[in-house]
Amino acid sequence: MVNIHEVLETNQMIEKENLDVRTITLGISLLDCADNDLDELNRKIYNKITSTAANLVETGEAIEKEFGIPIVNKRISVTPIALVGASACKTPEDFVTIAQTLDKAAKKVGVNFIGGYSALVSKGMTNADEMLIRSIPRALAVTDMVCSSVNVGSTKTGLDMDAIRLMGEVIHQAAEETRDRDSIGCAKLVVFCNAPDDNPFMAGAFHGVTESDAIINVGVSGPGVVKKALESIHGADFEVLCETVKKTAFKITRVGQLVAKEASKRLGIPFGIIDLSLAPTPAIGDSIADIFEEMGLERAGAPGTTAALALLNDQVKKGGVMASSYVGGLSGAFIPVSEDQGMIRAVECGALTIEKLEAMTCVCSVGLDMVAIPGDTPATTISGIIADEMAIGMINQKTTAVRLIPVIGKTVGDMVEFGGLLGYAPIMPVNGFSCADFVNRKGRIPAPIHSFKN
Amino acid sequence: MKKTIITVVGKDSVGIIAKVCTYLAENDVNILDISQTITGGYFNMMMIADIANSKKAFTEITDDFDVLGENIGCVIKMQREDIFDKMHRL
Repeated sequence: MVNIHEVLETNQMIEKENLDVRTITLGISLLDCADNDLDELNRKIYNKITSTAANLVETGEAIEKEFGIPIVNKRISVTPIALVGASACKTPEDFVTIAQTLDKAAKKVGVNFIGGYSALVSKGMTNADEMLIRSIPRALAVTDMVCSSVNVGSTKTGLDMDAIRLMGEVIHQAAEETRDRDSIGCAKLVVFCNAPDDNPFMAGAFHGVTESDAIINVGVSGPGVVKKALESIHGADFEVLCETVKKTAFKITRVGQLVAKEASKRLGIPFGIIDLSLAPTPAIGDSIADIFEEMGLERAGAPGTTAALALLNDQVKKGGVMASSYVGGLSGAFIPVSEDQGMIRAVECGALTIEKLEAMTCVCSVGLDMVAIPGDTPATTISGIIADEMAIGMINQKTTAVRLIPVIGKTVGDMVEFGGLLGYAPIMPVNGFSCADFVNRKGRIPAPIHSFKN
Repeated sequence: MKKTIITVVGKDSVGIIAKVCTYLAENDVNILDISQTITGGYFNMMMIADIANSKKAFTEITDDFDVLGENIGCVIKMQREDIFDKMHRL
C-alpha cells in the first residue's frame, strides 16, 4: 500500500516542480476522406475529426481531476494533408481551404493545436507536395490552430535539397505573411529529417501512414522534477547523477503511461506510444538549462553542455523505457530557446550561440527549435542552416528538426514575444557568410553508406 | 472497492480530522487507513478511502473538498490511488 511520504512526494512534484502531462495527442487517419471534389473532401475531413475527437477534451479534463495531474494540452494530429488532398487540390489555394477546415474542426472540439498540414518529401516532391508546401505561408497566416511540418530527408533516402531550398523561401514568406504578429507563422512550422510517424508534440505532429485509424499518443514532461532531484544530490559523482536522472524519468513516465492507458480506455481508441520527453515551458522552474546549471555549468552553452545534454537525454530514455510498454515519438530532452527561461538567459548573456545549439542537437531529441533570427536573413542562409541540421539527422540516424523564426523588422538585440507556451526570445545572430551557390544547386544528397543494411 | 487517496495539508488546528471525517461519514465514504505527519510546521494527513458506496460522483466530492478546505484553512485533495501506486511501485 502507498505510504504518506510517497503521496507527498508525488504531490510535491505536481504542485511545486511543474510535473505535468504535456499533451494527449489524438492521431486521426484522414486517408479515407480522400475525394476528387474539394468541397466533399473538406466536409468529410471536418466530420471525421469532429466525430472522432468529440470527447477528447472532456475526457482529458476528467482524468486531470481524478488523478490530480495537469494535462496541459489536448491536441490532434492528422494524416499529412499533401496525401489527403492530392486528388482534390489543383492549386495551393485549394490546400489552404483544407487548413481552414482543420482550424474550424480544432476549434469545434476545443483542442489547442492540430498538426499534420504536412508533406513527406525526403526523396522528392509530387505536384501535390509542392503545392502544399507553397501554400504553407498563407495557410498559417489565415488559421490559428494549424501546425505544419515538412520532412525533407532521412537516413534511408538522403536529403532532398530542392525541398530544402524551397523551405528556406517558405519560411521567409511565412514570416512576411505574419509580420504584424512577430512572424508567428514560423513558430507553427517545422522542417524534419527522419520525422517519426507517432510524434505527439507540436508543431511537428502528424499521423503517419503506418498508423491505424486513430491512436492516442502521450507526451510527458518534468524538467523541474529532474532539477529538484539533482539538487538533493548536489556535487555527487556521475554514477549517482545518472542514476538519479534515470529514476526520476521512470517516475515521470509512469504517470504518462497511466494517463495514456486511461484516456485510451475511456475514448475507446488504442494506445500508441509515450514520448519520453523533457519538455520545458517558459515558466520559472520548468527549464532544461536550469538542469545544466545544477549539473555544474555556469550557463547553458558553456563548454561541457553537449556532454551534459548527452548524459541527460540518455538517462531519460533509460529510465523511461522501463516505465512504459511502448515508447516512440521524439523522446528525449527538448532544447527550444524561446520556451525555456534558462536558455533565454544563456542567449542574452552571450553563453549560447546558434553554432553551439547545432552541436547540442547531435545529442538532444530534436533540433534547432524556436530560434529567432534577424528578419533580413537571406532565404538561402535559412536553407543552409536547415541542410546542416538535416545532415546531422541523416548521418546520425536520428530525428532532427528546424523551427527558425526570421522576425521581420527585428534584428540582433531585439526581443520577440510569441506568448503562451511559445514564450519569448532574443534575436540570435546568424553567420553572415553566404551559402547561396551551394544551396542553389539542384537535386539531392545521396543516402549515407551506413543506411545500406539489406 | 474504489480506492482513493485523500490528503489534507495546512496549518495544524483543532478539529481538522473531525471535520473531514464527518463529511466522509455523511457521504458514505469508508476510511481504510489514516496516517499523518508534521513537516515544516505543516499538518499533513493522508487517508486511503473507498468511495464505491458514495452517492456523490468523484468530482462532486472534490468540489466539496475545495469548499470545506477553505473553511478550515487547509488544502484537501482527493486523487485516485493509481497515480501513486504506478509512480512508486513496479
